[in-house]
Amino acid sequence: MATEHVHVARTLMDHLPVLVVLVPFLAAPLTVLLGSQRLAWPIAFVSSLVSFLISIKLLMQVIDGGVISYHIGGWAPPLGIEYRIDAANAFVLLLVSAIGTIVMPYTVQSIKSEISERHHTLFYTMYLLCFTGLLGVVATGDAFNVFVFLEISSLSTYVLVAMGAKADKRALTAAYDYLIMGTIGATFFVIGIGFLYAGTGTLNMADIAAHISTNGADRTIETAFAFIVVGMGLKVAIYPLHLWLPNAYTYAPSAVTSFLAATATKVAIYVLLRFMFSVFQPDFLFEINALRWIMIPLALVAMFAASLIAVFQSDLKRMLAYSSIAQIGYILLGIGLLSATGLSGAIVHLFNHGITKAALFMGVGALVLRSGSSFYARIEGMGKVMPWTSFAIVIAGLSLIGVPGTAGFISKWVLVQAALEQGWWPIALAVVASSLLAIIYVWRVIEVLYMAQPADPTRREAPLSMLIPLWIMALSTIWFGLDTDMTMSAARAAADGLLNGFSIGGTSVGH
Amino acid sequence: MRHHLILRVVTKLLIGPIILFALYVQFHGDFSPGGGFQAGVIMAVAFILYGIVFGLEAVQHVFPSWLVHKLMALGVLIFAGTGVASLFLGYDFLDYGAFSPHHPSHGQHWGILAVEFGVLVTVTGVMVAIYYAFAMRRPAISDEEW
Repeated sequence: MATEHVHVARTLMDHLPVLVVLVPFLAAPLTVLLGSQRLAWPIAFVSSLVSFLISIKLLMQVIDGGVISYHIGGWAPPLGIEYRIDAANAFVLLLVSAIGTIVMPYTVQSIKSEISERHHTLFYTMYLLCFTGLLGVVATGDAFNVFVFLEISSLSTYVLVAMGAKADKRALTAAYDYLIMGTIGATFFVIGIGFLYAGTGTLNMADIAAHISTNGADRTIETAFAFIVVGMGLKVAIYPLHLWLPNAYTYAPSAVTSFLAATATKVAIYVLLRFMFSVFQPDFLFEINALRWIMIPLALVAMFAASLIAVFQSDLKRMLAYSSIAQIGYILLGIGLLSATGLSGAIVHLFNHGITKAALFMGVGALVLRSGSSFYARIEGMGKVMPWTSFAIVIAGLSLIGVPGTAGFISKWVLVQAALEQGWWPIALAVVASSLLAIIYVWRVIEVLYMAQPADPTRREAPLSMLIPLWIMALSTIWFGLDTDMTMSAARAAADGLLNGFSIGGTSVGH
Repeated sequence: MRHHLILRVVTKLLIGPIILFALYVQFHGDFSPGGGFQAGVIMAVAFILYGIVFGLEAVQHVFPSWLVHKLMALGVLIFAGTGVASLFLGYDFLDYGAFSPHHPSHGQHWGILAVEFGVLVTVTGVMVAIYYAFAMRRPAISDEEW
């Protein structure tokens, strides 16, 4: 392999696909090494901001359908590990890094009250590792590398959830449940990868796709598909595999919940999409059956059952966790429709629901900071003492329902369109009907916040460091509800890219 | 363990060769089976053995907890730093050819040695940290923990 060849020096711009993952990855051990509580936050914030700026640049490079391929260690794929950026993953990179950056200023006050002092430095380390893992899962084009980054993000997530133990010891059992379920999911996923490797002899996703499209699928590859779908299904929290989610979201520190709710499940959905549409061909009969007869019914059950459970909760944070399961149902429905419109609806809902839920959980965190708990009984009348926080929650709540003019409306509208395109009007009706359930659970929150006397009128509004990120998210739910150019065009480009599958050595921007 | 003279003497005799063997496995890693992970485990064995025979306090006097934590992070930085170095030399991330542009295979030797050293440092740290975590565990959960 030691052939001499003329080397063209790479510039910084060529390294963007790896830098987006590398910058937070370097920052994580740095915070431990410096061991300084004061330096940890600036390091974490600056590195997530750098990742965010790189993601914007990457999305601009690939939004016209280009693909950037980066070869780690200079080894060309399919032998080497490839980072492969196209419209679909650039869009998810942008979502993850944007949320990661906006949550950062919010964490300062929030973790002060919710995490014990001696864990503060390690909190930022874990946060950066989780952030790295999520970005890595999205950026890589190598199936095994997906697993490695998935484990980095999952293991740090378990620790982050367990850090809620200062406020409530049940965070420990929640983290343990999540650890068991998450590990089973990861094991299924890696078994699937193993079968794929056995069936095709390669780990590069584009190469696997090429192999399957020329040689067709045999029983090994079908088994791989089943294992990967179930494994990722656990991470996504597809309806019957969702049991880890409510406790993990409820007992994790608020800053962690708002970051995870907007990113972790979304990244898992991205992996599912990538495998279903790019690695396995969508016209592969086995997969069509799986989507139509398993995914759509489960999505419908999730939309109704989880919403119904959310209606009867008495804890705001737990209610939002159940509503997340329902919203994942919408995304899966879009995927199950198996059309370009359905897929772009799913991708745009992935983004819109991400920002909506981040805003809502940030609002809950601000309420928890002042009232000590997110139980409805404890936050009664907070609309009068914390008007800014409460109003932001109302705006994000409207987006959760899907009121016109908010981001949630756009994605549900596209989903309804996609269902009608195929003439499946009962499904379109189901989307509307389950939104009615969302009205009930959001209305209960408004009732609690505004129509009761405040228990303690001396409570103050949340600090600015929490209000500003909260309002950025709340206003962006309106912004992306009115100006849909960016989200819809990115989602369409992503859907087209996914449906067309891979072509090895396709058009390459970069180098 | 105060009365176990043989154990104490043999342990003291063994610790040197164990560390030497760890370094042998480390530096021979790119020619034969071995490398940073195995070497790190063997290196950690030296400290763990010392801890088992002479007690936790003695070993933590030599290798304090804070140092273990720093080493875990340092190793990761050495690994990633090697990649960053190649990146600044105008090559792809972790392309060891960067360290010897005219003889990429020589560069690969250097690169692998640097990366494996990072692995050694982190694995030693992690193994010792796991041992400390178990050894320092209090026998029962005290009341205020609930």
